[in-house]
Amino acid sequence: MADDLTQRSASQLASAVSSGEVSAVEVARAHLDRIRATDEQLHAFLHVAEDAALSQAADIDRRRSSGEPLGPLAGVPLALKDVFATKDMPTTCGSRILDGWRPPYDATVTRRLRAADVVVLGKTNMDEFAMGSSTENSAFGPTRNPWALDRIPGGSSGGSSAAVASRQAPLGIGTDTGGSIRQPAAVTGIVGVKPTYGGVSRYGLVAFSSSLDQGGPFARTVLDAALLHEAIGGHDPLDSTSVDDRLPPVVAAARGELGGLSGLRVGVVSQLQGEGYEPGVQARFDECVALLEELGAEIDEVSCPHFEYALEAYYLIAPSECSSNLARFDGMRFGLRVGDESHSVEQVMGLTRAAGFGAEVKRRIMLGTYALSAGYYDAFYGQAQKVRTLISRDFRAAYERVDVLVSPTTPTVAFRLGERVADPVSMYKADLATLPSSLYGGPALSLPAGLGDHDLPVGLQVMAPVQHDERVYRVGAALETALHARWGGPLIDRAPELVVAP
Amino acid sequence: MPSLSRADVAHLARLSRLSLTDAELEEYGGQLDVILAAVERVSEVAADDVPPTTHAVPVVNVFREDEIRPCLTSAEALSGAPAAEDDKFRVPRILEEI
Amino acid sequence: MTELMPFDEAISRYDPVMGLEVHVELNTASKMFCGCPTVFGAPPNTQVCPTCLGLPGSLPVVNRAAVESAIRIGLALNCSIAEWSRFARKNYFYPDMPKDFQTSQYDEPIAFDGWLDVDVDGEVYRIGIERAHMEEDTGKNTHVGGATGRIHGADYSLVDYNRAGVPLIEIVTKTIEVPPILAPVVARAYANELRELIVALGVSDAHMHQGSMRVDANLSLKPTGSGELGTRTETKNVNSMRSVERAIRYEIERQSALLAAGGTVVQETRHFHENDGSTTAGRVKEEAEDYRYFPEPDLVPLAPSREWVDQLRHTLPEPPLQRRGRLRAEWDLSEHEMRSLVNAGAVELVEATIEAGADQAAARKWWLGELARRSNEDSVDLAELAITPADVARVVALVEDGQLNDKLARQVIEGVLAGEGTPDEVVAGRSLAVVSDDAALISAVDEALAAQPEIAAKIRDGKVAAAGAIVGAVMKATRGQADAARVRDLILERVAG
Repeated sequence: MADDLTQRSASQLASAVSSGEVSAVEVARAHLDRIRATDEQLHAFLHVAEDAALSQAADIDRRRSSGEPLGPLAGVPLALKDVFATKDMPTTCGSRILDGWRPPYDATVTRRLRAADVVVLGKTNMDEFAMGSSTENSAFGPTRNPWALDRIPGGSSGGSSAAVASRQAPLGIGTDTGGSIRQPAAVTGIVGVKPTYGGVSRYGLVAFSSSLDQGGPFARTVLDAALLHEAIGGHDPLDSTSVDDRLPPVVAAARGELGGLSGLRVGVVSQLQGEGYEPGVQARFDECVALLEELGAEIDEVSCPHFEYALEAYYLIAPSECSSNLARFDGMRFGLRVGDESHSVEQVMGLTRAAGFGAEVKRRIMLGTYALSAGYYDAFYGQAQKVRTLISRDFRAAYERVDVLVSPTTPTVAFRLGERVADPVSMYKADLATLPSSLYGGPALSLPAGLGDHDLPVGLQVMAPVQHDERVYRVGAALETALHARWGGPLIDRAPELVVAP
Repeated sequence: MPSLSRADVAHLARLSRLSLTDAELEEYGGQLDVILAAVERVSEVAADDVPPTTHAVPVVNVFREDEIRPCLTSAEALSGAPAAEDDKFRVPRILEEI
Repeated sequence: MTELMPFDEAISRYDPVMGLEVHVELNTASKMFCGCPTVFGAPPNTQVCPTCLGLPGSLPVVNRAAVESAIRIGLALNCSIAEWSRFARKNYFYPDMPKDFQTSQYDEPIAFDGWLDVDVDGEVYRIGIERAHMEEDTGKNTHVGGATGRIHGADYSLVDYNRAGVPLIEIVTKTIEVPPILAPVVARAYANELRELIVALGVSDAHMHQGSMRVDANLSLKPTGSGELGTRTETKNVNSMRSVERAIRYEIERQSALLAAGGTVVQETRHFHENDGSTTAGRVKEEAEDYRYFPEPDLVPLAPSREWVDQLRHTLPEPPLQRRGRLRAEWDLSEHEMRSLVNAGAVELVEATIEAGADQAAARKWWLGELARRSNEDSVDLAELAITPADVARVVALVEDGQLNDKLARQVIEGVLAGEGTPDEVVAGRSLAVVSDDAALISAVDEALAAQPEIAAKIRDGKVAAAGAIVGAVMKATRGQADAARVRDLILERVAG
């Protein structure tokens, strides 16, 4: 029984709960049981809110039985990345410096999840302050990939991707700054979407790089991702950078209501394939492109020359913003404080930050401090922002010719834990294909494209113009249907069964 | 690009308010050199007449009306404070003046 | 002891080069970037939210009214209003700054390149305005332990963030070069004029003592006739208009003495001391600050439309200089009389007192007399005394009605300043009404005459001047609450009767 419920999609669970076929409590309990059985191995969660989840589920059941209206995802369990402020759960961002911190307020995403009657099971592991591509930078230990426990689940939202891929939850929330939703989705064989920048409120999302951070959904199907996207998206007056426009029709697109792929113009980005991409990754990508063509899409090769500089621009912009965003972690108002009053305030700030931040965070803070300093600003931060303009121009030029762009999501399948820890630059390369649309701000989706080297999942990335999120869902849904037909079922069914704890 | 001297790294650590040991300064200095060497390539791009992009989506004039919204209570405000006294945040003695 | 060069000698040898930076706290209902109230004096940390506390995840949203105030200030200062303006982050660590960066404006201020005319003894000087930009205030530190409650020697500090995020406008002058002898006076006149403008705009109460208007004075010297610029100091903590003048004067005298003795001026922040008019050096920083300004990514640019700016232009008040000309004519004052009002910072106060029903002469008499004396004694600006123009008008009315005499009126003013309430409350509380009841006065007169029969006899003999002693006795007996003229009449009546 429990296994059955964790196999179901979010849309199936929502209709089962609202029809009364199953109770929200049963659904929550099944997933909490699954977490208990598997999280020793995976370490997807930093905090499991069992009591809060069960009481929320009970409340949904009570309201259903008294005929009150329920939210669109009523009773559907969700794994929330520990970067969103939650009043009733700790919020640590995977950092020692926030160990045990309970915010006195809820993020907008948190509030919207509650308003949709989504049941938040707990907070998931992540690279410290979302800086990383493997969750190995979490102060609380790494998360493991359910497909191969010695491999990374991607990052920085690796806790949420592992939770959704291992059926601990049908839905997850991540954040994507340079690929932190799409890359974990790709390497764990699930769907992940980075919405248009400003499409999902950042209020209450602890900032890494303000001009790039974007919250978004993880799910095992394209439709589920769209349902979650709709639940959390839309204008928020508390976020000045929130798009003040209607949310694109993502659910309709995912249901195929906006049409199939016939006549859709699909651009293959020359710069995001070939050299540096594993053979298995390239092969699955090529098959997907062929399939798109079979489905009626017109394929075109598109060159975006400045994409080659995306990595460099990103690793100047994001650290610069982070060096400022993370200044407030100084041991004065919240979180860790190291040193007593025999020290000066200046010393206590220095000691707290040295002890509270991990190596990658410190590296990026210093890198960003350097890039913003007088004398280097123009050469680094200023130049990176200009390159950002050129990358955006490449996108806009491409979208004059095609409706969407596609590429592999990541250059390789999941790498082994520890393999790239000592070499930051090789770690950064995991985001090679996802960085351009982060810098541009357009939506991008990663969809399971099959298995590559070591029989590990490969992702296909679909990118679209700003505020045309519906296009990535339209392509994703059509391709998903065709791929499932070809495979005889979802890719995730081929994941090895975890040995569950008794 | 000149590589970072020990003094440069120490200066960056001070600006970043990170009390690092000599060994850490050494280690981070080396890593920053590698990263800077990698990102330096941005300067190859000819972009003199290109305006910088600071916001992904070009929006201007986002305001709120001058209206009062509920505040936190002082207990909520101080709930995460490492030290508090008389409803204020207690912090160690301040040496620098602004 | 700091060496000073007498002012006259100093200005014969050096030309002062000044710049003034004025911070004005706006009187918006809510803060610059969040909806917390800005009321002064609330219990600690009760006017805070995640945004102004800088909690992780919080975000700023710009207060439209603050932008409007900034644009109106810019327009009133004859500035250009930027078609494209942005906020930037000024990064430095300090415990009163919740985010460890200040959201401010850097190279793209909302208003720039304007001027303000100030009048010094009938001569008009045009002060160039470099820029006016928006930023947010910090929280407030209280230093605990140590001897003085000052930052040095304190054991620890307590921080209240109620003020953090209150909108500020920083107004920066261009370099001010005026005849050397006038530098201190022009500085004060500028600050005065600016405050009058701000008050007329209704965007701030601009009280220097409460900190809602803060003046930082930059000063350097160059040898007379030479082109070489000196090193400048920035003097903070200047708490009144008078102090602006004193601080500039002191720095001229100090820097001159230093340079004349072959020393060098150190580029530093100096603190002004109200008690003796001196300035002392702040801590010298180990290394130059590097604020790492960059555009605030959490806020979008401001691009005020032409229509919006024009609409705001129509809300501007009459320029102070023009307004003073008009008032001088309306009140029929001499140049000199008007200047006394301006120098005392009393123009709006007198105007408001007149609006509240007082006549012009009486209003001027109180503000330039008793109240000016009190403001000098307490070293606060006139506008900051704890008395309103309406209070003064009420006192004037009570005197006119004969309910108070001048002496009692001064006591009422004293009571109001001491926080005893409105004039009527002070009158009641101190039982200060003039005794106008003849029956009560007659018995006091009769008693005094009976007590001093020899004086009564003199009066009866026609030595009317002797009545003064009886008047004095009656006034004493009625604790000053009698109308002396009436008492005199009654004495003559009773003696004759």
